[in-house]
Amino acid sequence: MRANDDMKRVYVNEEWCLGCHLCEYNCAFANSGLKDMTYALKGRPLFPRIHVEEGDRITYAVSCRHCEDPICVRSCIAGAISKEDGVVRIDRNRCVGCRTCVLVCPFGALLPGEDGVMTKCELCTGNTVDMPACVKGCPNRAIVYEDRGGSL
Amino acid sequence: MKRYLIIGNGATAANAIEGIRSRDKEGPITVISKEEHPVYCRPLISYYLEGKTDLKRIGYRDEDFYMRNGVSVLYGRTAVKIDSVKRKVTTDDGKILSYDSLLIAAGSSPFVPTIKGLDTVSRKYGFMTLDDALGLEKAITGNTRVLIIGAGLIGLKCAEGLYGRAKSITVCDLAGRVLSSILDDECASLVKRHLEEKGISFLLNDSVLSFENDRAFMKSGKTRDFDVLVLAVGVRPNISLIKDIGGDTGRGITVSSRMETSIKHIYAAGDCAEAYDISSGERKVMAVLPSASIGGYTAGVNMAGGNARFDTALPINSIGFFGYHIMTAGSYEGELYEERTLDGIKRLFIKDGVLKGFMLLGMSERAGILTSLIREKTPLKEIDFDLMKKGATTAALTGDMRKDRFGKAV
Ligand SMILES: Cc1cc2nc3c(=O)[nH]c(=O)nc-3n(C[C@H](O)[C@H](O)[C@H](O)COP(=O)(O)OP(=O)(O)OC[C@H]3O[C@@H](n4cnc5c(N)ncnc54)[C@H](O)[C@@H]3O)c2cc1C
Repeated sequence: MRANDDMKRVYVNEEWCLGCHLCEYNCAFANSGLKDMTYALKGRPLFPRIHVEEGDRITYAVSCRHCEDPICVRSCIAGAISKEDGVVRIDRNRCVGCRTCVLVCPFGALLPGEDGVMTKCELCTGNTVDMPACVKGCPNRAIVYEDRGGSL
Repeated sequence: MKRYLIIGNGATAANAIEGIRSRDKEGPITVISKEEHPVYCRPLISYYLEGKTDLKRIGYRDEDFYMRNGVSVLYGRTAVKIDSVKRKVTTDDGKILSYDSLLIAAGSSPFVPTIKGLDTVSRKYGFMTLDDALGLEKAITGNTRVLIIGAGLIGLKCAEGLYGRAKSITVCDLAGRVLSSILDDECASLVKRHLEEKGISFLLNDSVLSFENDRAFMKSGKTRDFDVLVLAVGVRPNISLIKDIGGDTGRGITVSSRMETSIKHIYAAGDCAEAYDISSGERKVMAVLPSASIGGYTAGVNMAGGNARFDTALPINSIGFFGYHIMTAGSYEGELYEERTLDGIKRLFIKDGVLKGFMLLGMSERAGILTSLIREKTPLKEIDFDLMKKGATTAALTGDMRKDRFGKAV
């Protein structure tokens, strides 16, 4: 696991987001553990940790904010969500899929993953990508990885 | 050095320890723990029976949690008396412990009804503790007929946990519907149907008049034979320790938003305490883990001299049965907005221009956005509530609200 030592976080510039959903594919691929994108994505159920929200003439991608005082961490009935080095992580081995985290997160950032267990953005620290895949692959640079303050 | 004492060793206590240590790395912390286990996830005891967790993973914190935090735990000991003048607590084995700051995190106890012949039932259990679950696990075989009294959260979770392990499961309740504290008739019957489809049977609007060994005589005239009885009729907050010394109590221990009781140097949080519900404006025991942990952490910070507040409490429940999810929040007052799908119901309650509460059955996506509308009392006229009604989305907020949420570190 890559340690995190800065306050860089994923931010989305609504004005630039095209709503193309590429971030979702790149995220699902990066976290699939597989080498081949077609094999990882084609015809399979996808469990991206970022999703595109769509409203009246706006689109933007949402993923975990890694809050300073994350309400999901305190609310988890299974002790499965924790925050280390400023990154909120979920232990999929402990999660029982009760969705309490979904009920408390004001951002709508937690999503159901495989086997009913929840999944969330961990800033690509748990996979082999060196920078969040959603940021790297965003064709219009709407998704950025920046330090906008906050503390670890 | 400040000496901290905590009565109880559940989620409230664990979070209080973290709260204390966020400010004070030195002061000794002692925990009096009636149960013989390190803090575990109480809500997971049914998942344990289901095989979705095990004795290792059910731990709420890692193995060296107490050591790392400089906490000594007195296992198997019960606090029996507080002396708030001398600041001492006596335990059941006569030990006297001094404190500078005390937290009551004693949770609740199962209410045991007085039913004629209950003492003749040979195998009866509560469903509150890990030991209850371990006992049940031993008592049950594929031939066991289980009778559960109480169709609330605990009784139904027990039914789900035992499903597939027992020969039959019957749940009875005085109330005419399941989950009567959080659901209305129609939502409750939808949940009941899901459980019935699995083969769980119900005796609602009915109660046990008497027992004769392993036979229950119901008020309706029916009889029910069983091998194992589970009592899940309700709980009572453990308030006696503070009531005995004149502290303020309602149904639970009265606390401020700093989790202070009416007695100096004594704090209370979690299932034993009664806090202000932001959705109804009433004081309530909100016996769920999120309230316990946030309240516990808040108490801990304040015990160590900080100034934290938990003033955003509201009743919330996220519970599922066999993959069917139920989410509720806030209070059900005001105008109703409703939407249905083939297998789900959404009910939103709107009053004075703000969202007060909701029930979501079979649809839970991004529900926390709705919860935040209740918590923050967001004026609905400022947002695109028509869009929000259809499906919780931050896209329905104003651009400024979104900037606040997504444009900076939070
Ligand atoms: C079966 C079940 C399922 C649940 N499911 C959910 C769920 O899905 N979601 C959710 O949010 N919540 C759920 N809950 C509720 C949740 O478990 C509680 O809200 C939470 O455990 C409260 O934590 P607490 O620390 O305040 O109290 P507790 O966890 O009850 O801990 C209090 C401890 O104090 C001990 N104690 C009491 N008196 C004394 C004394 N005098 N001296 C020493 N020790 C004492 C008790 O033995 C107990 O171990 C469930 C509860 C049960 C029983």
